[in-house]
Amino acid sequence: MTYIGQPVKRVDGRDKVTGKAKYAAEFNVPDLTYGYVISGTIAKGKITRIDSSKALALPGVLTVFTHENRPHTAWFDMSYKDQDAPPGSPFRPLHDAKIKYSGQPVALVVAETFELARYAASLVEVSYDEETHETDLEAHLSEGREPSIGMATLIKPLPPKPRGDADAAMAQAPVSIKAHHVHGPQHHNPMEMFGTTVVYEGEKKGKPYFTIYDKTQGAPNSQLYVKQIFGLSLDQVRVISPYVGGGFGSGLRPQYQLFLAVMAAKELKRSVRVTLTRQQMFTFGHRPQTVQDVELGAAADGTITALKHGAIAATSQFEDYTEVVVNWSGMLYDVPDATLEYKLKSLDLYSPLDMRAPGGVTGDHAIETAMDALAYELNMDPVELRLKNYSEKDWTEDDKPFSSKELRECFRQGAERFGWASRNPEPRATKRGDVLVGWGMATGIWDASRMFARAEALLTVNGKLRVSSATADIGTGTYTIMTQIAADTMGMPIEDVIFRLGDTDMPMAPIQGGSWTASTVGSAVKQVCEDLKKTLFKLARKSSQSPFHNADFKEVIFRNGQMALRENPSIAMSLTDIVSLNGGRAVSETSTSMPNPLELKKYSRHTHSAAFVEVEVDEDLGTVTVTRAVSAIAAGKILNPRTARSQIIGGMVWGISHALQEDSKMDHRYGRFMNHNLAEYHMPVCADIHDLDVIFVEEHDEIVNPLGAKGIGEIGLVAMPAAIANAVFHATGKRIYDLPITIDRVLY
Amino acid sequence: MNPFTYARPDSVDSALDELKAQPNARLIGGGTNLIDLMKENIEHPTRLVDVNRLPLGGISELPDGGLRLGATVTNAETAYNALVTARYPLLSETILAGASPQLRNMATNGGNLFQRTRCYYFYDTAMPCNKREPGSGCAAIGGYNRIHAILGTEGSENQPTACIATYPSDMAVALAALEAVVQVTGSNGERSIAFADFHRLPGNEPWRDNTLEPGEIVTSIDLPAKGFNQHHTYLKLRDRASYAFALVSVAVGLEMEGNSVTDARIALGGVAHKPWRKPEAEQLLIGREATPDNFRLVAENLLAGAKGYGHNTFKIDLAKRAIIRALGEAMRSKV
Repeated sequence: MTYIGQPVKRVDGRDKVTGKAKYAAEFNVPDLTYGYVISGTIAKGKITRIDSSKALALPGVLTVFTHENRPHTAWFDMSYKDQDAPPGSPFRPLHDAKIKYSGQPVALVVAETFELARYAASLVEVSYDEETHETDLEAHLSEGREPSIGMATLIKPLPPKPRGDADAAMAQAPVSIKAHHVHGPQHHNPMEMFGTTVVYEGEKKGKPYFTIYDKTQGAPNSQLYVKQIFGLSLDQVRVISPYVGGGFGSGLRPQYQLFLAVMAAKELKRSVRVTLTRQQMFTFGHRPQTVQDVELGAAADGTITALKHGAIAATSQFEDYTEVVVNWSGMLYDVPDATLEYKLKSLDLYSPLDMRAPGGVTGDHAIETAMDALAYELNMDPVELRLKNYSEKDWTEDDKPFSSKELRECFRQGAERFGWASRNPEPRATKRGDVLVGWGMATGIWDASRMFARAEALLTVNGKLRVSSATADIGTGTYTIMTQIAADTMGMPIEDVIFRLGDTDMPMAPIQGGSWTASTVGSAVKQVCEDLKKTLFKLARKSSQSPFHNADFKEVIFRNGQMALRENPSIAMSLTDIVSLNGGRAVSETSTSMPNPLELKKYSRHTHSAAFVEVEVDEDLGTVTVTRAVSAIAAGKILNPRTARSQIIGGMVWGISHALQEDSKMDHRYGRFMNHNLAEYHMPVCADIHDLDVIFVEEHDEIVNPLGAKGIGEIGLVAMPAAIANAVFHATGKRIYDLPITIDRVLY
Repeated sequence: MNPFTYARPDSVDSALDELKAQPNARLIGGGTNLIDLMKENIEHPTRLVDVNRLPLGGISELPDGGLRLGATVTNAETAYNALVTARYPLLSETILAGASPQLRNMATNGGNLFQRTRCYYFYDTAMPCNKREPGSGCAAIGGYNRIHAILGTEGSENQPTACIATYPSDMAVALAALEAVVQVTGSNGERSIAFADFHRLPGNEPWRDNTLEPGEIVTSIDLPAKGFNQHHTYLKLRDRASYAFALVSVAVGLEMEGNSVTDARIALGGVAHKPWRKPEAEQLLIGREATPDNFRLVAENLLAGAKGYGHNTFKIDLAKRAIIRALGEAMRSKV
């Protein structure tokens, strides 16, 4: 039986829909106390006074933590750095009187019930000395500066050096286009709000112990953060996070409720839960506001001869958050004269934070709408223009070849499914009743990364396999695909295999982000199962009576829950019988799976996609509807077409959201995001979503990892906003550069 | 949210007594807005008086051919009621354009009249807001005001504009067009309030959303016999296809003979502190042909004097477009 590649149903599906799956703020323990965060109201300045007396007077209120009475924590910035920390000085909750951004936590009320803590919080009076703040990137476009270099820029490289002379080539190009794009900030807004339940396990030999249920995309990341800041050892801190109600990158960094809950639990020697409100979900990381300028120059035959792509993004005053925005243009198009630039401007905001396809969806919208505009200038089909400039190597990474790139096939199959050939390229020429119809397309690209990870596999005396790794499943299907990989590798029925994750008692895995989990943890699961098979083989052949006594490992196969001789499968032993040779104990292995960096470095490793979109535009009223879309995806081996399709559909929906709806609106007078709830921060509802179609094109990749699979968390989103914007142009003849494309932008 | 006590009276008299005993008491029906406002620290009732056991349910026919909608009937029951769908399809359509099925299952007809504005600044206690905190100022003026009012925002002579909030209900836009009557009971007895007089413009008392007196209870919403069930439409423009408040909405009811309009009602939502109606504009259509040119005249008249505040200025033109479209749709027979 082969499970990899089959549409296996989610192994955690039943638990999720029946409510059995528990999330961080749902773990109950006796004598739990509740913390409620008080958020600051100014963007910059100092707290002059916090009067907690009315709150403290209420029976059942335990304490109010502020910068004045908080316990001591680590001195150095280094201790506050997490796995996704940008260069700089991480934000420390309740550190001092300084206010760095609007919504900053300024106090934590802890009480015996949540309702009491919330009420008490309303009685705490906070006074400030305000200073002038700056939050408006568009008012500071000339002040861009080079970002700092750090660990984060290793994973998310800054742009390559300019190549040739883009200005001269642009001047000579017979055809050229130019565009300026403004993208507003966005907030992740997973369904589950951030929450942490810290269980105080008491003291042993004078040392406190904590079990922490945290909303995170990496339990080990939270564990290390807590350990370092609060001067604990790893064995004092166990972090558990079996389910995550959406992350989208927001859980890549420990958020302030974790710090506050642990601080309170340690100080009060009580179990503490801190949950954030939906409004407070707008008071930490976000997708940064980004302003881009793109220029393309081309020969009359469509060959692109000059490329300039520049971006300036907002960051905080304390960290240099960066993302890859402009490099993608170079990866997609091998232009001889090209300049890619990426700059930052520090403003009085919280640090931005990776948000699904960070930078990719931003940059792709700019370059892929520029490509569409160029196609019109050249009077060329947009797919043809992309084929004309199809790149076989990545000049942003020293002209490395791609490990695999079936983008041509994405264009071909996507166009065919969509019916692209019948498109009348003339804008405003296609109508359905009174509405204008537009067809647009775009290319997408994302990384196919792999990190190192560890996993454990244990075969119980009953012949059940338990595999574990401290990774996360943010709803992507990790539980399911890891179970498939383990079952296949061990040749066991999938019902006999359980995969577990999200616990720091399990072997280490990196944070779940960057579309690398399938590749990284999948490789570790495969590895540990291979190692377990060897151990079982050794056990089985130990006895001189064993039919495998003289066999070599290469001569056996594992299938149907048995180990058998490849040449003579009637000679077989069930895995249960093999385990029974271990003296009544289970057999287990723990393995580390390391990518070979030298081998990987020879290739540029990416997923690709082509999105084809139809929109209807009611030109009188300015409304845009995405009536259908096809995404063709090249992402190596697809481990589970069911969960993979859901991932891509989710990405496509996000693309519709990004193009048409999402926008965190700041009032710069106050330096504060104003639409901080789900009624006013729009993302699509079912009524916005129509016919979405996904194609996975066949792609073989022996380089990326032993599974040949690339991650697909991001690629479904990347091309959609540009394809939608291009479709809107085709429908209306109007090029709208800024996102989201709302009614007013269509009309005026 | 502050601590509060809770009562569930089963007669209107005892509910009135509850309100009298505690001026800071609030009535609660579905609680779909009030609970949010309490969580966000905007409303601070010390006592909640649950109206769901009051004998104010049911939808019944009135002797004059109209229909009485009980105050405690849910929005969903109302929208799907056979009498409503047959005789007042405009109301049904309008209710279903609002909120979500879950909310409509909870929200009551009486409660719908008391929805408070969605103004971002009203909802954020860190911000100045004359409606929430009289005298603190209006942060929406000069701020982010995409969903704010373009009509009826004039202040008085002595005071500049105090508030540009809008009243967010969809249902009320249809009720305004249908000229519903709000029946209320108080310690001084019963009275009827014409729908046009129920909600008010902010003036220099923007904290007052309506003309209900303290201690009064809405018992029903009465619909007159005329239901415009042949020619009607509710057009709602918003930033997503469902579960979003209107940027601009238009409720239209027409009576026609051939292509000639014999009666017309037009109410706008999302543009003012109350559903916006202007009988003078409707008169421009009555006795005239239903033509795009005539629709345009009506639209221009309805929006005369409109004022934009920056982010919402586009709504002036958008409202005109919406009116023209809605009149065109209503003109085509819809049975």
